[in-house]
Amino acid sequence: MADEKPLADQEERRQNLGMVLTMLAFAVSIAGAVGFLYVYWTNHDNGLMGASAAVALAGMGVGLVVWTHFLMRHEEAAAERPVLPSSPELREAFVQDFVAGQDQIGRRQVLGWATTGTLVVLGAGGLSLLRSLFGASPETVLKAPVWRRGDRLVTPEGRPVSVETLEPGSTITVFPEGRVGFVPGQTVLIRVQADLLRLPPERRQWAPQGNVAFSRLCTHAGCPVALYEATRHLLLCPCHQSTFNVLTGAQPTSGPAARALPQLPLYVDAHNHLRAAGDFTEPPGPGFWSLPS
Amino acid sequence: MINRPARWLDRRLGIAGFARRGLDHIFPDHWSFMLGEIAMASFAVLVMTGVYLAMFFNSSSAEVTYHGPYKALDGVKMSAAYFSTLNLSFSVPAGLLIRQIHHWAALVFIGAVLAHLFRVFFTAAYRSPREINWVIGVTLLVLAMAAGFVGYSLPDDLLSGTGLRIAYSIVLSIPIVGPRLAFVIFGGPVPSAVMIPRMYGLHVFVLPGLIVLLLGVHLAIVWRQTHTNYPGPGRSNRRIVGSRLWPTYSMKILGLFCLVFAALAALGGLVQANPIWIYGPYDPAAALPGAQPDWYLGWAEGALRLFPAFNLRIGHYLVPEVFFPGILFPLLLFGGLYLYPFVEPWFTHDRDEHHILSLPYEQPKRTALASAGIMMLLVLLLAGSGDVLAVLMHGSVIAIRTLFQIVFFAAPVLTAAVAYWLCWRVQRRRGREHARAAAAGPVPSDGGEGN
Ligand code: HEM
Ligand code: FES
Repeated sequence: MADEKPLADQEERRQNLGMVLTMLAFAVSIAGAVGFLYVYWTNHDNGLMGASAAVALAGMGVGLVVWTHFLMRHEEAAAERPVLPSSPELREAFVQDFVAGQDQIGRRQVLGWATTGTLVVLGAGGLSLLRSLFGASPETVLKAPVWRRGDRLVTPEGRPVSVETLEPGSTITVFPEGRVGFVPGQTVLIRVQADLLRLPPERRQWAPQGNVAFSRLCTHAGCPVALYEATRHLLLCPCHQSTFNVLTGAQPTSGPAARALPQLPLYVDAHNHLRAAGDFTEPPGPGFWSLPS
Repeated sequence: MINRPARWLDRRLGIAGFARRGLDHIFPDHWSFMLGEIAMASFAVLVMTGVYLAMFFNSSSAEVTYHGPYKALDGVKMSAAYFSTLNLSFSVPAGLLIRQIHHWAALVFIGAVLAHLFRVFFTAAYRSPREINWVIGVTLLVLAMAAGFVGYSLPDDLLSGTGLRIAYSIVLSIPIVGPRLAFVIFGGPVPSAVMIPRMYGLHVFVLPGLIVLLLGVHLAIVWRQTHTNYPGPGRSNRRIVGSRLWPTYSMKILGLFCLVFAALAALGGLVQANPIWIYGPYDPAAALPGAQPDWYLGWAEGALRLFPAFNLRIGHYLVPEVFFPGILFPLLLFGGLYLYPFVEPWFTHDRDEHHILSLPYEQPKRTALASAGIMMLLVLLLAGSGDVLAVLMHGSVIAIRTLFQIVFFAAPVLTAAVAYWLCWRVQRRRGREHARAAAAGPVPSDGGEGN
């Protein structure tokens, strides 16, 4: 059964439909934009503003697409692609002109050396500006002492901590006295049952009555090792889930961290307060090239 | 209407010939060519919304105390940067909308760039003469991810601070120059007083500037070399088929731009992105369990988590564990991407000029390689949320990590095998169809890659 309507008729219907649809889409767009204006000038509700802006833009977009689809002629266009490589003669001519220019600049070797020398010195001057970007020398900053022998351990509120402050199985964050909030000074103090500790022999004296202290900066990528699982005596880093066994001196037991948390040696003063007996066993935080072993 | 301005301009520039040829420039119609255009539209939205945000954002780390409509943080001390982002979210009319559209546009932008890259790979569009644009494209992907990361770092909330600290640790781990470089970039150990201003300079000036520049060159090269075509009637190394720039393609691209913008506006209005007021201001002593970077850096997060606890001592010196997944792995990954178009010809011995795309099934090895790559990135992305998965599946974090370490090697191999097999099957079926068609009688040539 052949189509009875003439082709021109069909085309006209199609055009009319396209007109109507395009106008409809633009009308929706206008409604959206009006809605956006209204919300913006009244309660600026975020969801309504976003939704109305989306309707306004989508109406516009759909209108354009429908317009293209229904009202414009469909024809596949074709074109020759350009031939990319130039003719050998043209290339040769370019090279010749370039070389001719080079000859005018001159080929005296001394001048070449002079140019290089000037550029090197100029470059060094420019590069030295980088110095301002990094300020202090990384070597000194990264290896700067954190705790001094005799520093009292204080809570984030600044209260000193005694050997009895913690119950076995509990933990707090401490800082060197007078430097609360000092990032490398973040230290986790944990109290465990003293007889469970299996510290290396030279560290036996560092944990008065089961109080052990470690840097709170993960040796992996520097996140605060913020979680303590008392039943398994594990410190846990929330960033990539490394765990450190408190009993063995915070040796890593699982996860991506490869180095133990630096330990802080402790002693008890005449007032029963905990004090640092020296600095961390290593510079705290993530590893770097010249980190002493 | 166009007559007078055209005359005015042409009298001064004499460009009628060039402009007229421009109107006839041909753009292929296949949907997969839209991926790059979606990326372009999202980038335009990024620039527009970004400029708006920059009118309000304050990149200072100076400490201030919040008083404002968001009562949960009333009286809390925070950086001026975080404060200004709270203000954008709660006090500037439409500020939150623009912020969220900006963030969504970043997520979509990078997704579109990546999808575009894979389209180019699967269809071998990177072959001669288009290697330069492949290299520029990979650079654009790197720049886009970097811009997204430093943007994410600006509000100075707990998540962004954690991200910066990890980034600092990774740069720090580079042998010999790492500490210097980390200090140059971040101004000292994170958190440093100058890091937010530095990230801001990179985010609104350096990185978008480079993106605009390279995007311009990218497009100019596409124009000069013309687009590729999928194989089909009338298409060859000499002839391109599609729509003319004027009027069809112009109408289509404007429509597409509106639709992309519409989708981003809807997302920005209705789907929360980066609710920094929930995370709270950055506190170097706090950490957020379940913290994740934006999706496009999930693979890096996954690599950091899966790499075994291994570091290298060279004499007195140390190569820390994060160097391998954080520096070496991305270098290999992106190095491989950069070099691929130059390495492939060693194996295929094909250095000819190509303007007709290869269909994925025609080159099973290439398709298998790309599928394996995608699978590897997906595994890493999932591994990057291993702790969340462990909670969801009531599994142990350790078991899940081990599982992922195995899957990291197994899944890509399997994927490659399946992809190879699928290509081979399609080839066989096509072969049979051709044979049947040939038996049925002579068919008109379908173009192909004739010269
Ligand atoms: C190259 C593409 C860009 C990407 C991928 C990108 C991405 C991002 C992201 C993810 C954020 C975090 C926003 C949040 O959730 O709070 C952000 C913030 C910001 N961006 Fe961009 N952006 C880009 C371009 C720009 C441009 C061109 C400007 C301005 C000239 C700009 C200005 C800003 C400002 C001022 C902020 C901080 C305000 C805030 O966080 O609310 N961005 N950007
Ligand atoms: S920072 Fe602690 S595990 Fe990565």
